[in-house]
Amino acid sequence: MRAPIDWLRDHVAVPEGAGAAEVAAALVSVGLEEEALHTGGVSGPLVVGRVLSLEKEPQKNGKTVNWCQVDVGDVNGTGEPQGIVCGAHNFHEGDLVVAILPGGSVTTPQGPMEVSARKTYGHVSAGMICSARELGIGEDHDGILVLTDWFAGDAAMLDRLVPGADAIPLLGLDRETVEVNVTPDRGYCFSVRGVAREYGHATGAAFTDPATALAAAAPAATDDGVPVELTDDAPIRGRAGCDRYVARVVRGIDVTAPTPSWMKVRLTEAGMRPISLAVDVTNYVMLDLGQPLHAFDLDRLGERVVVRRARAGERLTTLDDVERTLDPEDLLVTDGGETPLAIAGVMGGASSEVGPGTTDVLLEAAHFDPVTVARSARRHRLPSEASRRFERGVDPLLAPAAAQLAVDLLVRLGGGTADPAVTDVGTPAPAPVVTMDPGFPARIVGVEYPAQEVVAVLEQIGCTVDAGEGPLAVTPPSWRPDLRTAEDLVEEVARIHGYDRIPSVLPVPPGGSGLTHGQRVRRTVADLLAAQGLSEVWEAPFVGPDRLADLGLDVAAETARTVRIANPLSDEAPLMRTSLLSTMVDAVRRNVSRGAKDVALFEVGLVTDLAGEQRPAPTVDVGVLPDDDVLAAIRAAVPDQPRHVALLLAGDRDRAGWWGPGRRADLTDVLELVRALGEALAVDLVTSADAVAPWHPGRCARVSLADGTPVGHVGELHPKVVQRLGLPERTVGGELDLDVLTRAAEATVRAHTLATYPMAQSDVALVVDRSVPAATLEEVLRSGGGDLLEDVRLFDVYEGDQVGPGKRSLAYRLTFRSADRTMTTEEVSGLRDAAVAAAASAHGAVQR
Amino acid sequence: MSGPNTSYDPVEVAVLDPEAVEQAVAEALAAAASAGTLAELKAVRGAHQGDKSPLALANREIGALPPSAKAEAGKRVGQARGRVAQAFSARQAELEAERDERILVEEALDVTLPPGRRPMGRRHPIELMSQRIADLFVGMGWEIAEGPEIEAEWFNFDALNFDVDHPARQMQDTFYVDPPDGGLVLRTHTSPVQARTLLERGVPVYVAAIGRVFRTDELDATHMPAFHQVEGLAVDEGITMAHLKGTLDRLAAELFGEGITTRLRPSFFPFTEPSAEMDLRCFVCRGEDPDCRTCKGMGWIEWGGCGMVNRNVLTACGVDPDRYTGFAFGMGVDRALMFRTGVSDMRDMIEGDVRFDAQFGMEI
Repeated sequence: MRAPIDWLRDHVAVPEGAGAAEVAAALVSVGLEEEALHTGGVSGPLVVGRVLSLEKEPQKNGKTVNWCQVDVGDVNGTGEPQGIVCGAHNFHEGDLVVAILPGGSVTTPQGPMEVSARKTYGHVSAGMICSARELGIGEDHDGILVLTDWFAGDAAMLDRLVPGADAIPLLGLDRETVEVNVTPDRGYCFSVRGVAREYGHATGAAFTDPATALAAAAPAATDDGVPVELTDDAPIRGRAGCDRYVARVVRGIDVTAPTPSWMKVRLTEAGMRPISLAVDVTNYVMLDLGQPLHAFDLDRLGERVVVRRARAGERLTTLDDVERTLDPEDLLVTDGGETPLAIAGVMGGASSEVGPGTTDVLLEAAHFDPVTVARSARRHRLPSEASRRFERGVDPLLAPAAAQLAVDLLVRLGGGTADPAVTDVGTPAPAPVVTMDPGFPARIVGVEYPAQEVVAVLEQIGCTVDAGEGPLAVTPPSWRPDLRTAEDLVEEVARIHGYDRIPSVLPVPPGGSGLTHGQRVRRTVADLLAAQGLSEVWEAPFVGPDRLADLGLDVAAETARTVRIANPLSDEAPLMRTSLLSTMVDAVRRNVSRGAKDVALFEVGLVTDLAGEQRPAPTVDVGVLPDDDVLAAIRAAVPDQPRHVALLLAGDRDRAGWWGPGRRADLTDVLELVRALGEALAVDLVTSADAVAPWHPGRCARVSLADGTPVGHVGELHPKVVQRLGLPERTVGGELDLDVLTRAAEATVRAHTLATYPMAQSDVALVVDRSVPAATLEEVLRSGGGDLLEDVRLFDVYEGDQVGPGKRSLAYRLTFRSADRTMTTEEVSGLRDAAVAAAASAHGAVQR
Repeated sequence: MSGPNTSYDPVEVAVLDPEAVEQAVAEALAAAASAGTLAELKAVRGAHQGDKSPLALANREIGALPPSAKAEAGKRVGQARGRVAQAFSARQAELEAERDERILVEEALDVTLPPGRRPMGRRHPIELMSQRIADLFVGMGWEIAEGPEIEAEWFNFDALNFDVDHPARQMQDTFYVDPPDGGLVLRTHTSPVQARTLLERGVPVYVAAIGRVFRTDELDATHMPAFHQVEGLAVDEGITMAHLKGTLDRLAAELFGEGITTRLRPSFFPFTEPSAEMDLRCFVCRGEDPDCRTCKGMGWIEWGGCGMVNRNVLTACGVDPDRYTGFAFGMGVDRALMFRTGVSDMRDMIEGDVRFDAQFGMEI
């Protein structure tokens, strides 16, 4: 909401000299946050000029420009006429215009523009003759602003139009406007009246509610007014769509009567576009008081106005010239119950729009149901100034006062005559009485407010307070439909008394149990990977089928186990990721595209793993504890979202440098990292060959717990994947389920007593088929070697002539140790032979 | 060892002559002193200390002397040999020290050669910030709760008193899971963890939840479609807004220093009543530059929303609102990072450029 300071002064005593900054600072203390401060975007010299002469000069480009001599008094230092080139043609010799002279600046859509004397069209143009738009006081940019027209009818202003006079105060360009952010509970602050009221609350400045006098001046309803019928055969949530409708008629409005400059300036400052007198008056009243008004062209109406819900299939062309299909929930203002005239509180129809020829208008000031208006505005994507206010709650008692102000303005400015007949139908529900213990605010806020102060604050904001024995009975003012509970009243007490006066006290919790196991595991894993040279990244979790296909994944299967975003930012990425890698490849590409050659990244994050069909999650009315079945259904509908850890390494793992050559990251590096993770978490991880996307089928390992529970996969990315995604060649990586690791790491390790007798080592080289996995052979050696075999370490792998084709030699160092004696050479040899024999019988291993 | 030489007349044994002994000592000392290297010392050592050295020969003659002369000659030769041995071992030590020193000098490396064979990785600064915040709350006796990112609308909105028709529900720029009426959203704030916590843990409860939330904002310098919040929830008997202020002041002081100026400003959220926003004094202009780009000249930067838990939320989560009161807040973690470290473009925080992480250490 933009509130011009000068307009605020109509209702509240803003001290002389207080500018927008001071007003904004006061308003923020009561909850109206400053969005921006606005002043005229013009700096002088900006002066009144009289066009002494005007020579039309046709140009080669087909345009005609005017070479003008403009009397600007003495402000140019010489008193001589100022020569200015101007391209507009709506003014004549003798007209009074606004000229900006060199050194001044105006605001254009592109930003501030300094004005200087410059050569153009064969002349030195020493300034610029301005349009209303260039001055920021209107939309008209076709023609320049002719002051006698702008101030037409305003004798006092016309007298001040002397060449050389400073035009900035004349046009009000020195005025300031404060723009505040209005929270959804404070609909009444979408008006100068509401902001002025809050300024009064913030500063104690005297506030006069303009609605009071207007309501007093408004005539009572008569029974010969335009008949208005309020019907509602389908109220939403039991609330009638319209509970108050005031209609006033003004006839004989002068179609040529312009909107006065002061109103145009105020509308512009408040962020609205001046259009025509009738429309401007309705907007002005809405901005001033907070009551949206609609003006219908009386000539296009029948006998009777009926408010009702729409019928299925009904259509209405709205003011924006869009034909809309109406929904049975839409509330309509109709002509005689048939032809729709407007979507109530949202937008009028084109057929009854006031136009240039409109002389008689019917003014509607109504109170529409917030939910009805909110749903219609949303349904038709028509957020309007009116709907914004109705959604947030309009004062239901305001309609007669607002209609009166509009009538007064149309009579005064448009020369119209008000019908004595007045329609006022409907009875809004009275504001509910809220009971509150006077000590309640202290209990919630922690400030000991005396009971008298609680009452005083509530009365100050407009409540009626019945303060007898016991709890207060508080009737909120009509403009505060948001005040429904005692807590709502507490906020009023706290904010008017001042949030800055709330003390700062640390609560003392009973004491917690620290981070959870899972939270600690996550830190360990991430810290370990970072210490191993990987940098942590995170990506938005959105992917698309193309990405899944590029990764070589089964698009249908992946899509089936995730959910789709109904309103994605990009249609290319509407799915929630099922793996971190699917989005993490972007981080690799981004780093590479920015010049990095060696990239090692990891991410810890959630993925989606929908088991079975996606189920709907029930929703429940607010303030209600759902029963167990509903809660269970809500919980069950939320898809599983396991936490994964993923890594990707591209380029060199060890870099080249003065110390020697580098070494490219390969699968062994990923396996090392997996092993490090397992060791850090004291979890045995087993790797075995696998062939799944997106990995190279010969360079892919499944990682499992010792009991076979799958943990994830690591590998080298498939060359096609690398190619399709434009990744560095031989990029390696992996993705593990961190939840599985976390659970596996939960068991407390039981310590063994360390054996201190000497160890004995024996080396064996075994020739086996190349297809026998090293892990399998090691497993056999371990079981064959028995309990005293402490360690098995593979120290050499050989393939070549000496072992023959299809074979390889694996050399192991076996370490034996007994807990209770020094082992003899014979004992060690025997165990070694047993291990070798086991390998021989299981895999045909031959000792070299 | 040879036996005494009985054929000599001891009186005439020249080698035992004191002058001759002195002469031999002097020569030995000179030889030791003039040896410039350990090898030279070793080479001359034999001539003065070896079996054929004059003093060794002299020593051998002592046995042939009459007992009356033995003692004196023995003393003389013994002392002489001692002096020589000492001289040689001293010189030996000297030369060894010289050698050791020289080797250490020769072995010196250029310690300014840049390392970098395997650079450190980094934690993401947002994660480090989150950890720091978690540790602060754990230190105060709170616990850290978690919740899913794809969330039921009931937890994200209904339980939090966001009426389906209230403008506040529309203001959240929500990502809806298809079908839009299926009741699932990407959580728009960490606040659904409030409802989960109250239902699962009951009261009294003091928990913080730190995590990722989503809004339909295109990525630019000041917006991310995914960002991070820290949620706080304290529900107990006797909790007041003063406790809320105390907790947030503490959080701000820990993250931004004791000198930070905060402001609690009335606001509106469906799930709190009374509601407030906490603002931080602009860290760039301190409220003194009307053209400041960081705070847009406002002097304050919005950090997050907070308030006293709405009784409808307590009721929806099975807590007796007449017995318990609580406060809740949701502050921006990303904004806290920006505030603390001066990050000015949010894209740097999400794009995964390792140069961003690398600016920071493993502590933040």
